[in-house]
Amino acid sequence: MPPMISVKNLSKTYKSGFQALKVTNLDIDKGEIFALLGPNGAGKTTMISIICGIVTPSSGSVTVDGHNIITDYRAARSMIGLVPQELTADMFETVWSTVTFSRGLFGKWPNPAHIEKLLKDLALWDKKDSKLMTLSGGMKRRVMIAKALSHEPSVLFLDEPTAGVDVELRKDMWQLVRNLRDSAVTVILTTHYIQEAEDMADRIGVINNGELILVEDKDELMHKLGKKQLTLELHEALNEIPAELAEHHLMRANDGAELIYTYDSQAPRTGITGLLTDLAQAGITFKDLDTTQRSLEDIFVDLVRRDG
Amino acid sequence: MNLPAIIAIYKFEMARWGRTFLQSLVAPVIATSLYFVVFGAAIGSRITEIEGIPYGAFIVPGLIMLMLLTQSVANASFGIYFPRFTGMIYEHLSAPISPVEIVTGFVGAAATKSIILGLIILATAGLFVPLHIEHPFWMAGFLLLTAITFSLLGFVIGIWADGFEQLQLVPLLIITPLTFLGGTFYSLNVLPPVWQTVSLFNPVVYLVSGFRWSFYGTSDVSVEVSLAMIGLFLAIGLVAVWWIFKTGYRLKN
Repeated sequence: MPPMISVKNLSKTYKSGFQALKVTNLDIDKGEIFALLGPNGAGKTTMISIICGIVTPSSGSVTVDGHNIITDYRAARSMIGLVPQELTADMFETVWSTVTFSRGLFGKWPNPAHIEKLLKDLALWDKKDSKLMTLSGGMKRRVMIAKALSHEPSVLFLDEPTAGVDVELRKDMWQLVRNLRDSAVTVILTTHYIQEAEDMADRIGVINNGELILVEDKDELMHKLGKKQLTLELHEALNEIPAELAEHHLMRANDGAELIYTYDSQAPRTGITGLLTDLAQAGITFKDLDTTQRSLEDIFVDLVRRDG
Repeated sequence: MNLPAIIAIYKFEMARWGRTFLQSLVAPVIATSLYFVVFGAAIGSRITEIEGIPYGAFIVPGLIMLMLLTQSVANASFGIYFPRFTGMIYEHLSAPISPVEIVTGFVGAAATKSIILGLIILATAGLFVPLHIEHPFWMAGFLLLTAITFSLLGFVIGIWADGFEQLQLVPLLIITPLTFLGGTFYSLNVLPPVWQTVSLFNPVVYLVSGFRWSFYGTSDVSVEVSLAMIGLFLAIGLVAVWWIFKTGYRLKN
């Protein structure tokens, strides 16, 4: 199946000489949720802005469902909905009129039934006649999503959609994204809430200093890079780690009441057996143990630090 | 052609105009009425006729042109500047819409507003002075062409402006003085020869003169020259807009 979005040798250098995006190649499949992670200024928004037609690329090409974003921009752009990072809206407009306007701008004739369903899905129906200036930040964010979905796009870009919204609304938005995926909409999201990517994304891309340093299936990524930790709850707290255990690189936690051992679960030898033997020889006993997987956030921080 | 997009921009702009009814419509009409009262009734009563036309009636085309120019520039410049100011311009740039369609929506709405205003001022003038339109077809043509041309200029200003002060700069410091000095309240024939020559460098002279000709059949410069000048301004406006979209000036990085 051809990719929904195909990015080939894309780069962007601004007039100031700042290279916001180094040569980038990326394919995003139809119907997948792709999370683009990266610190502030990494190039996430630049990449999205190029694909959406807001920023002109310095080199390379992008196709959306086979349509080149420059030579066949009408077909390409009509398939895309964008929720920008900033809450930008005409504050004097009503919810209904601004969403209807967006639909028209993207070449679709008015469809009140679709707008009504959209506003109801986003819990905005009772605010349809309210001016945007009267809405809370979370509601404005929902209006931005409604505008982006007003023309029934096949691809939705969400540039940090849950920044500054409360937990309840964030969960609602996650559900909305899942529903969109179920209806075959391709979703590309950037987020600072890595938990969000971990919970929702099918694939993860990590971008840093304008360079796409990793693109990986989320589960494989977690599997490959997700080291595990073994936590031992001791009978007696240790003031320091005995020298004979130094080779295991243990960490003390909870005032010495716990020892933490980090290991690679995919390695042929995890070192757990040796650790337990050495502990027994050192006379250290434990009353409980627990293993935990590293989170995507840990992986992300490692990758970005390594790249930086 | 993305017709729904053109209609969406046009309706959006017209709706915004409707929301600022007092500022957009009532204020210019009151201002023009005051001109009629002051220059037409008070001072005008001391002036007999200019080129065989009662003074009150003589200034009608110039006053309509004054409002037409300032309102066309103001409406179009604000129309495109506001989404730039709020950041909403991202929607126009990411939509499947061509530069021609964007300009048609914005300039079409701005020109419509100023033409409506011009017609209202014309009707208002009818309350103060006896009106006579010798060439109604040409009058409508001049009205339409001038509104479109100066709405294009306003669009360019709205792209160029980096703040509300710059937005006001051209209408207040250039358009209005040029219109006042462009024969709105007088015929160039009453000026000394040197100033008559200087006035010919004022582009508004050609607009006012041509428009006045459509009313009374008399003009300071020939109507063909007036039409040619409007055509030239229109061409300059179109080239400027074409260049803006070609280079992405102040729109795209």
